[in-house]
Amino acid sequence: MAEFKLPTNSIVRQNGKHFAAPAGSGTTRRFKIYRYDPDSGENPRIDSFDIDIDSCGPMVLDAIIKIKSEMDSTLTFRRSCREGICGSCAMNIDGTNGLACTTAIADIEGDVTIYPLPHQPVIKDLVSDLTNFYAQYASIEPWLKSDTPAPPDRERLQSPEDRDLIDGAYECILCACCSTSCPSYWWNPDRYLGPAALLASYRWLVDSRDDATGERLDDLEDPFKLYRCHTIMNCTQACPKGLNPARAIAETKKMLVKRRL
Amino acid sequence: MSNFRTPLSRVKGLGSAKEGTGHFWSQRLTAVALVPLVLWLAFSVASLPGMDYVAIREWLSQPFNAIAMILFIIAAFYHARLGLQVVIEDYIGSHGPRTAAIIGVTFAAAALGVTGVFSVMRIAFAT
Repeated sequence: MAEFKLPTNSIVRQNGKHFAAPAGSGTTRRFKIYRYDPDSGENPRIDSFDIDIDSCGPMVLDAIIKIKSEMDSTLTFRRSCREGICGSCAMNIDGTNGLACTTAIADIEGDVTIYPLPHQPVIKDLVSDLTNFYAQYASIEPWLKSDTPAPPDRERLQSPEDRDLIDGAYECILCACCSTSCPSYWWNPDRYLGPAALLASYRWLVDSRDDATGERLDDLEDPFKLYRCHTIMNCTQACPKGLNPARAIAETKKMLVKRRL
Repeated sequence: MSNFRTPLSRVKGLGSAKEGTGHFWSQRLTAVALVPLVLWLAFSVASLPGMDYVAIREWLSQPFNAIAMILFIIAAFYHARLGLQVVIEDYIGSHGPRTAAIIGVTFAAAALGVTGVFSVMRIAFAT
C-alpha cells in the first residue's frame, strides 16, 4: 500500500538542538532545519537556528551557508552555482520544493522550515539519494537518435519554427523539484517515470531532427511509466525554472492517442 | 541478487507494456458519453409524475427510456471499472494485492452492470 505514515525510525523529533543568534545580532529569523545523521542511529530531528538577517545574504542558500560556516559546520547540503542553473540545492523550503539559491528569505513568512526533497531516501540532512531519479532520466535515452547520417559538411538543419517547439522543454536542470512534489511519483517511484524524465522525453519527441519518435512513444506507452500522471500539476507549480512538465506529459498522451486514431 | 542490478536495469524493469492509451481513451470516451446520459437521467427522474413502483415501471418500459438507461448503465459501470483500476494502481503497491483488487473490481462491475441491463430489459419486455 501507499504509505501515509512514516516508519518508526523516520519519525522526525521536533525538538532538536537550538542555536541562538550570536550576541550583538540585529534582526533575526528562525530557520528550522531537518537533520539526519545515518551514523548516529538516531531518528531525524528538527534543529532551529536564529540567524542575524542583517549580516546574511538575501537567499535561503545564503542563510544555510552562513549556518554551516558560523553556527554548525555539520549541516550537510548540496550546492554549487548559487544562481539557479545547476539544480544542486533543491530542497523543500516552507513546504514547497524549490532551489535554496533562488528562494528569497524575505518571501517566506514566519519561521523558515527546510526539509530535504520529499519521499526520497535521505543520505544525510538535506542530501537525498537521487539514484532512481537519474536512472529514470537515463532510461528515456536523452540524446538525438537518427538513422539518417548527418550531412558531411554541415550540422543537421532545423527550421526556427521547429526549434521553437523545444522551448520550455530543454531548459530543465534536473533538480528533481517537480518529480519529488508529485503524489503519483511518491506512490509509484519505481515504475512511474515522473515529470522530469517525461519532460526530458518530450524534448526529444518534438525535436524535428530525431527519427525515433515512434520508438520513444512505444517505450512510454505503459500504465505506469506515463499514465500515472493524473494532471495534479504540482510539477508545474514546483518548477523553479518556470517550466510546465504537466503540459509536456499531456502533449505526449495526445501523441499516443493521435497515432491510433 | 536484485541488489546488484544497476539502477538503470531496475528502472527499465520488464519494459513497456505497450498499453495504457486504450484505457486512457476509453475512460475519456465514457466520460463524454456520460454527460448527456446523466443529464437525461436527472431531468427524466425529476419530471416523473410520481416516484412509486408503477410510475417508474411505466417510464422504464418506454423503448427510448429503456435504451438510454441501458447505455447509461454500460457507460457508468465501464467508466467506474476503469477509474477504480487507476485508484488501485495508484495506492496498492504490491503486485499480488493489486492484481487481486483489479480482478475483483472487474468482476463486480461486470456483475452489477449485467444485473442492471437485465433488470431494464425484463421491465421493458414485460407484457
